[in-house]
Amino acid sequence: MWSWCAEPDALSSVTWLSCYLTTGVHFQFYNAFFKVLFLLAIIAPVSLAFGFMGAMAARSALLPLRWFGRSYIAIVRGVPDIAFFLFFVIALDQAFEWMRHKAMCPDWSEPIRQGADFIVCQQAKLPLGTAPEWIHQFYAFGLAVVTFAIVFGAFAANVLFGAMNAVPRAQLETAEAYGMSPRQTFWRIQVPQMWVFALPGLSNLWQILIKATPLLFLLGIEDVVYWARELGGTKTSRFTEYPHGDWRMWYFLALLIFYLLMTWGSEKFLNRLTLRLSKGQATTGGEAQRKEAPV
Amino acid sequence: MSCWETVQNYAFRSLGFGERLLPRSDFTLCEHFTLIGSGMIWNVYFGVLALAIGFVMATGLALAKASANPWLQKPANGFIFLFRGSPLFIQFFFAYFFFLSLKSTYPFFGPFTAAWLGALIVLFLNTAAYSAQIFYGALQSIPKGDVEAADAYGLSGWLRFKRILWPTMLRLAWPAYTNEAIFLFHATTLVFFTGFPAWQQRGDALYYASYFADKTFNPFVPYPILAMYFILLTLCIIGLFGAINRRLNKHLPQTAQKRLSIRPNFIR
Repeated sequence: MWSWCAEPDALSSVTWLSCYLTTGVHFQFYNAFFKVLFLLAIIAPVSLAFGFMGAMAARSALLPLRWFGRSYIAIVRGVPDIAFFLFFVIALDQAFEWMRHKAMCPDWSEPIRQGADFIVCQQAKLPLGTAPEWIHQFYAFGLAVVTFAIVFGAFAANVLFGAMNAVPRAQLETAEAYGMSPRQTFWRIQVPQMWVFALPGLSNLWQILIKATPLLFLLGIEDVVYWARELGGTKTSRFTEYPHGDWRMWYFLALLIFYLLMTWGSEKFLNRLTLRLSKGQATTGGEAQRKEAPV
Repeated sequence: MSCWETVQNYAFRSLGFGERLLPRSDFTLCEHFTLIGSGMIWNVYFGVLALAIGFVMATGLALAKASANPWLQKPANGFIFLFRGSPLFIQFFFAYFFFLSLKSTYPFFGPFTAAWLGALIVLFLNTAAYSAQIFYGALQSIPKGDVEAADAYGLSGWLRFKRILWPTMLRLAWPAYTNEAIFLFHATTLVFFTGFPAWQQRGDALYYASYFADKTFNPFVPYPILAMYFILLTLCIIGLFGAINRRLNKHLPQTAQKRLSIRPNFIR
């Protein structure tokens, strides 16, 4: 990248490092950090939506829907999350292909599962065999997003379910006394008031979500962990102009620091948000603020 | 091969006993159950040992964090922040490569690159940090009256800690600590996906489950079996910790004893 990088063998340590850290593959490594941030930015709202629907299902008046919501929450939380990641990434892929297969090739007679193979007709393949490379990557990333959203949606559903129930009963009774329908009470009173109760749980969840992003590696995405392993491994001068020993430890130390900064920064931000949201609320936090405020 | 023979061949496969070759084709349900169950030995091993050693260290850390001496408080804070603020997944990777590079200079560190010791150390330090935070919170919420009563009885120092502070801390922390224990057992499934090699294919339950899923390309059999084992394990933990909880609160009248929440929060 720099002008002095033409002859890597002749460089001294600091300039050598500046050249080494700006090679093309390193930029792919730095890109992977943005991939993580991008993933976080997508998953957070999607799993919040999943969680909201899960919580609404869990407190629905319809019995089957209620069972569905409650078992969704209970099952996902009872099993190690990594098992879910490994499961859903294959299961979702097969489910999509199976549905497309049923719709597109109705007169296909052979069984789909033949021993160790999962065979669907050509048109039902996802992504299509002829699709360009970026579609394959996009599809893999999309599967990862859905998997994360299913798992974290269950956690969020649990938090929101608790928060909805934590809204003081008197508030809802007042709404009923004003003649609001159950739907109006839910949307106009319960939902706006539940956020302050949901915030501690949701901020906890956000920290867990940050710490779960390296699991992307297991879903076959070329993320930070993938590149740290690739770049850190021993390189001899036969394959690169920048030979070095086993540096994987240092690459993972860098990842460790990256994640520490992420969680530390979000903690600061969430603390301020909590202060902001509890302003004027009838909670301990709000009461403490009221007492401190100058009269 | 009958199911009983499969059990004989593979029940302790994860420890290296029995048949050396894993099944390669025509997988039966019996093989699924036996091998994944065999892998659970490792999950239990990691979980129980890390929890036991971590408990001792967590108590010390919590006391250090609560102490007024900055020489104790600062390191404890740093340690807890380091392990709670970074992903366990990355900690495993880092520790493995760290031990690997130590091993190349000092052969003494050879065993540390194996999962049974290296991963155990990471899990133990990790759970110590999380539990210390829980215990610290509990220490902060010990009722003032309890401590004043201890002072009034002339208890001080070690005796006051042993008889008053520590039992009360445990009582307050126990529901959250139960969650931590469950979560730790779940976290043990990460070990063999993070660099630590499964030597001679001796892996944990998830290792074998993903082995089956890779071979059969059918995730709908091995993972539900794994889930079943883990739900059973979770129920055992809840039962055991509930019994301890009852013992901790034995002095309270029956009505005042709060039962341990059966629907724990798996978030930490």
